[in-house]
Amino acid sequence: MSYYFTILSPTDTPIFNIAFGTSKGGGDGIARFRFPDTAQYMNQFIIHSSLDIVEEAQWTNGGMYLKHIDTYPPAAAYISAFLTPSGARFLLLHQPPQLPNSGSSGGLGSSSLLGSSGNLVARGSTSSIAANPTSPQTEEAVRQFMTEVYESYVKTAMSPFYKQGMEIRSPVFRTRVTAAGKKWL
Amino acid sequence: MSSSKASRIGEEIWKTRIDKVNAELVTLTYGTIVAQLCQDYDSDYQEVNKQLDKMGYNIGMRLIEDFLAKSGVGRCANFRETADMIAKVGFKIFLNVAPTVTNWTSDNNQFSLIFDDNPLADFVELPDDGRAQDELWFSNILCGVLRGALEMVQMQIEAHFVSDVLRGDDTTEMRVSLVRYIEDEMPPEEE
Repeated sequence: MSYYFTILSPTDTPIFNIAFGTSKGGGDGIARFRFPDTAQYMNQFIIHSSLDIVEEAQWTNGGMYLKHIDTYPPAAAYISAFLTPSGARFLLLHQPPQLPNSGSSGGLGSSSLLGSSGNLVARGSTSSIAANPTSPQTEEAVRQFMTEVYESYVKTAMSPFYKQGMEIRSPVFRTRVTAAGKKWL
Repeated sequence: MSSSKASRIGEEIWKTRIDKVNAELVTLTYGTIVAQLCQDYDSDYQEVNKQLDKMGYNIGMRLIEDFLAKSGVGRCANFRETADMIAKVGFKIFLNVAPTVTNWTSDNNQFSLIFDDNPLADFVELPDDGRAQDELWFSNILCGVLRGALEMVQMQIEAHFVSDVLRGDDTTEMRVSLVRYIEDEMPPEEE
């Protein structure tokens, strides 16, 4: 599973982003997206394209965590969102790994970039976080991750030298996000 | 007066005679002051340190009166006693921290205060402009406070920070040196 996490300020400026991979089930914490290295902007593209849905979903309940709100089937990418009361948005894109022995050969052969529906069904059968992005366990893990990042975010935003809407450059914050990712995802 | 007795006095006063205020109010207010100074002086951190020290000096000159009124302690017999009084009573009742007094020089005129906990610096991360980490002493106001307060009780001292966890050091340490006892009670120098 590979993750791309981004924070958007209330005025839609990206103020923080990080890519990382799962550390569960023997993962080494390195992101391996299915895009070629030259197309990493696709992550940003996909994640930002979910903002419309975030805006639709944000008033539907009182919770800050919106669970997974959007999918981008061509890349088998799932997007979870978390809102802070001040309007900052935490978005997490997760992309399950290609499972080499699952799905039909037609699915794998269609394109190296595209996940196939056959693969999705196969993934649904396992219960690990990495393989099943919509299971309750995954939602819970993402919620824990978001909550932990939120705590760090609050602390960072309280620093007198941080101005609202400014890019978060704090190495401490980055370390904490990485640690939270390692712990929960 | 022993160090442990000073601790007890500080503890007692803190519990019974001090109005408490929300810690975050203090932290955020102080942080804003420092950040504003950095902006006003265009990130001239030497100047910011100086201004903080000056602000502290003015606070200290008044605070000593409040300190003596609240604590009811008398004159210290020597500089070692003064150090304990500052650390265990002064810092305790005003900031609810009790820094460790250590690293005395053999002539008993210089010591260090090690702060395990510094309420002024919660949440703070210094600006990453490559200079703040080397130049800004975020809590420099405390040096001024000590200088101002002790001057009012006939002790001229020099205080400065030598390390700060905000800069990535292991400890926050302030060095305090006694310059002289002011014998004839001169009015405080204009500053």
